[in-house]
Formats: sequence, structure tokens, C-alpha cells
Amino acid sequence: MPAKTKYELPLGAATREAFGKALVELGRENPNVVALDADLSKSTYTAAFAKEFPGRFVECGIAEANMIAIGAGLASSGKIPFAASFSVFAMNKGFEQLRVTAAYPNVNLKVVGTHSGISIGEDGPSQMSVEDLSLACSLPGFTVLCPADETAMIELVKLAAAHVGPVFIRAGRPKVAKIYEAGRQFKIGESIELVEGSDVTLIATGLLVAESIRAAEALESEGISARVIDFPTIKPLDREAIARAARETGAIVVAEEHLVDGGLGVRVAQAVAEMHPAPMEFVGIQNTYAESGTPEQLLDKYGLLARDVAAAARRVLKRKR
Amino acid sequence: MQKTSDVAQLAAITKAMRRTVLQMITEAGSGHPGGSLSAAEIVVTLFFDVMRHDPANPKWPDRDRFILSKGHCCPILYAVMAECGYCPKDKLMTLRKLGSPYQGHPDVRFLPALEASTGSLGLGLSLGLGMALAARLNGGKSRSYVVLGDGEIQEGQVWESAMAAGFHRVDNLVAIVDYNQIQLDGFVKDIMELEPLADKWRSFGWHVVEAYGHDIAALQNAFGEASSMKGKPTCVIAHTIKGKGVSFMEGNPKYHGQAPTREECARALQELA
Repeated sequence: MPAKTKYELPLGAATREAFGKALVELGRENPNVVALDADLSKSTYTAAFAKEFPGRFVECGIAEANMIAIGAGLASSGKIPFAASFSVFAMNKGFEQLRVTAAYPNVNLKVVGTHSGISIGEDGPSQMSVEDLSLACSLPGFTVLCPADETAMIELVKLAAAHVGPVFIRAGRPKVAKIYEAGRQFKIGESIELVEGSDVTLIATGLLVAESIRAAEALESEGISARVIDFPTIKPLDREAIARAARETGAIVVAEEHLVDGGLGVRVAQAVAEMHPAPMEFVGIQNTYAESGTPEQLLDKYGLLARDVAAAARRVLKRKR
Repeated sequence: MQKTSDVAQLAAITKAMRRTVLQMITEAGSGHPGGSLSAAEIVVTLFFDVMRHDPANPKWPDRDRFILSKGHCCPILYAVMAECGYCPKDKLMTLRKLGSPYQGHPDVRFLPALEASTGSLGLGLSLGLGMALAARLNGGKSRSYVVLGDGEIQEGQVWESAMAAGFHRVDNLVAIVDYNQIQLDGFVKDIMELEPLADKWRSFGWHVVEAYGHDIAALQNAFGEASSMKGKPTCVIAHTIKGKGVSFMEGNPKYHGQAPTREECARALQELA
């Protein structure tokens, strides 16, 4: 049994499940909301929408490229389509379609990639999306969201629907810690400071938000005051919060369940370099693909736990002037 | 614009469009004349006769949609859209120039009256399918017309969308294959044979109409048949001649993607006088 933490993080729903719930609510409120899936509706949780609104659900079969471009066509005709698949398929098989039919004409398509990162576990690397944030952020005009828990997902799905323009939303497979109270307000492009701190800042997204909160608690017991900031929006980036963190704490760790190449970390580093240079460390998957195992085993082996975030914080503090 | 069903009038417009296309590409110094010329009757017949659209109200929600999936043949689309009044005729000769509405491939950012940005082959039928599904959801009359290149349908996504449209019985979707037999590297049959093409579309759940793509009356009949078809999308296989209308371009793979010289253009315009 882990020791009870100061910051209570009870287990909540998976973000993919929260997406499914939010989608049904949106469907009830707005008849223009439609959904597309590629034979994974039971896993992406679009199945509930399909059941309640069969006429507004487009089953695309196992053909993700086609699904993305059909979605772009629906969006071009005034619908608000949510196209869902495993993130690895939506982004990799649909990337060219995202580029040409959604990003470049700036179409109002929402893409939801579930089963992101390595925490899907046993299915292994062919199903693990570890480059989706990089791909999505590389598309001009895209808004890229990575909610950390069910409340964040529900609110961000609503915001994505209200936002005019292409959006990528990253969701995960496992149940995750609850970070936010139900009904908490979010804004696209705004980060949220979860733990105050002055020695070092832990910037995190998705699954690593909870790990960073736990890391901050461990660091506190060593007399290190760590600020924790959740970045539910990866693009556009909350540069103000980053500049403030660099200025006020002078050292930054970025933690994400993604390859360190091209994810949130490099985007934060660019902002830090441009606005207030400070030493940084990066917690993420290091230039490799993972393997089969339980989610817990994989997060441990590939260095994505609170322990790893805390170790990065200690390293970066040694480099702080 | 003045719509017409008169074959002679449509033929006259088509000839004028061929002339414009050749001038545009010659002025640009690069582009794809062969496939613009092969698709001329198809695009003219759709815009001037078949499609429900209104250049004075380009975003009319219930309009028919036209997607040039073989985006490199945009000169014919630009010429026809300008003739309809969607965009300035006096800028047609800025094709492919910096800042022109007439980009090298269709781009809605520069020409908002376009339904889609295309240029990467294989995407347009999926887009047209999405638009047709939206029309069905809206209970509207809007139909989607997607012009595909023959070489283009070597792209796998075309068959993903063909399968989906057949399965979902999207009868307000029409694919037109500009079957001019030539692609960049040579003759389609030598690069990746498509035959039996009609059988392929039928096996994906489509109604198929074959027509000579330079016979306007035959195209009118084909589109009419597509409109009355219930429960199935229609594929019009338009048998065409690459470079149609210019003797030295007809059937010549060289003019897939090469602009005529000024002398060649002058000769071509004489033939199309």
C-alpha cells in the first residue's frame, strides 16, 4: 500500500471513457455534432453516441485515412465531426489527410486519439502512440489538447466543439487519477498551476500530471519546493506561464507520456530559450519503442513515474545557478 | 451566369475554356495541360448545365459540390469557375504566380469558392462522401460530384471511400473517372492497369455508366441517370483523350505535366479557333 498522499488523487475514469460521455452530451445539445469511427467504437467509447444517434454516426470500417477525409468533408458542409480511433492509427494513417483536408484548408474537424502513450500495456508498440503530439503540433492551425483526467476531458471536449478549427484531443486507455473537481472550468491555451512552488517547476501533461504532483510531494519532504503546472493544451502553448516559471523558479522539468523528441518538452524548451533561458530536464520516452507488459511495468521500465520526475528535478537543481 | 442544356452552346463554351487553359499554362510556364483538356467537357457540363449552384451565393448550403480530386488539372476548373463568375477572369493569367487566387493546385485559402483543397491524389472522393453524407443528414438535395484521374485511382484511399459510399448507399455522390489512359510516367496500362474498371466499381456497390467523355449529350445522359439512381452512388467512367483538342498533345504523355511553348500555344490556339 502506498502511503496516503497530501494531495489526494483518487482513481477516476479513463479519459477515453470521459470523452465518450462528453460526446453524448454534446450530441444532445447540438444536432450538428456527428461522430466517425473506424471499427473501434467500443474502445474509443463513441459507441454510446452511435447508439443514441445512429443517423449521426458514420461507421468507416477499418480505414482511418478515409475516415479523416470524410470527417473533413462533413466539416466543410457545416457539421462538427468528431473522428475517433486509436491515436496511433488516426495520426499515422490519417496524417496526410489531416494535413491536406483539415489543417491546410482550416476545416472544423475534431480528431480524438485514444490509447495514446505506452500505458495501453500488453498490446505493445504497434498500438502505442508515442509521436502523436509531435505530429499534431506540426500541423499549422491545429489546436492540440491532452487532458489529464475525466473532468478535464469532459470540459475540453466541450471547448473543442465550440472552437472553430481543427483540434486533436489525446486520450488514454487506463483509468487515471482524478486531478480536478467536476465542473472545473478550463480555457484552451491556458495552463493550470496545481501546486505552488519556488525552487523548480514541473510542467506535465496527461498521465504525468498525477506523477508530477506525487513527485512534488516527495521533493517537499527533502525541502525542495516544486511548482506543478498542468498543460491540458499543448498548442497553442501557454508561454506566459512558462516564462513566469523560468523567471520565478529558474529550473524546469517537463514530463509527458510521449517521445521526448517533438512533444511538449521541446515546445516548452523553445519558449524558455526564447523568453527566459533556464536549465531544463525532460521526462519522456527516450528515442525508442516500448514493448508488451502491464501499464505499471512499462511506466516503471521506461521512466515515467513520480520517482523519475523527482530525479529529473534533483538533476536540474544541480544545474541551476 | 447563364446555364444551358444546349449541346452546341456547351460545346462552344468548352472550346473557349480549352483556349483559356492553354493560355494560362503557357503564361505560367508550367502546369498540366493534358488532363485539363481531357476533363473540359466534364467540368463544363457539370457547371453550366447539371449542377445546382449559384455564383452569386457561393456558400448556399444546399448547393451541389464539385471536387477536383485530380487537383493538378485545376486550370480547367479555374477557367470554368471564372466564366461562371466565381472568381476574376482578369487574373486567370496569374496562374501559379505568387499571391494568385489560381494556385498550382486548388487551395481554398486563396479561392474560397472552391469546395476543397486538393493536389495530393486519392483524397477527394472521401471529401465528397463526407459532403454527401452531410447533405443526407440535412435532408437537402445537394449532390457531390468528384472528378478523379485514372492514374489517381491507383491510390488505396479511393477504394476505401468507394467501399464506404457503396456500403452506406450514398446515392447523392457521383464519381467521374477521367479515363484518358495516360499518367505522368506513361500509359496507365503499362504502369498499373485498372481494368476491368467498371467491374471494380460495380463490385464496390456502385452503379456504373460509361460514356465518351467528349460527347456532351452522353455526359448529360450519364449525370441524369446518376440523379435518378436510388440506393447506390454512381461512377461515370468517362472515356477521354488526354490533351483533347490539340493534335500534337492528344494521346501524348509528354503533355501530362509540361507547359506548351509560346509557339506550341499559338499552334494550339489556331486549331481551337
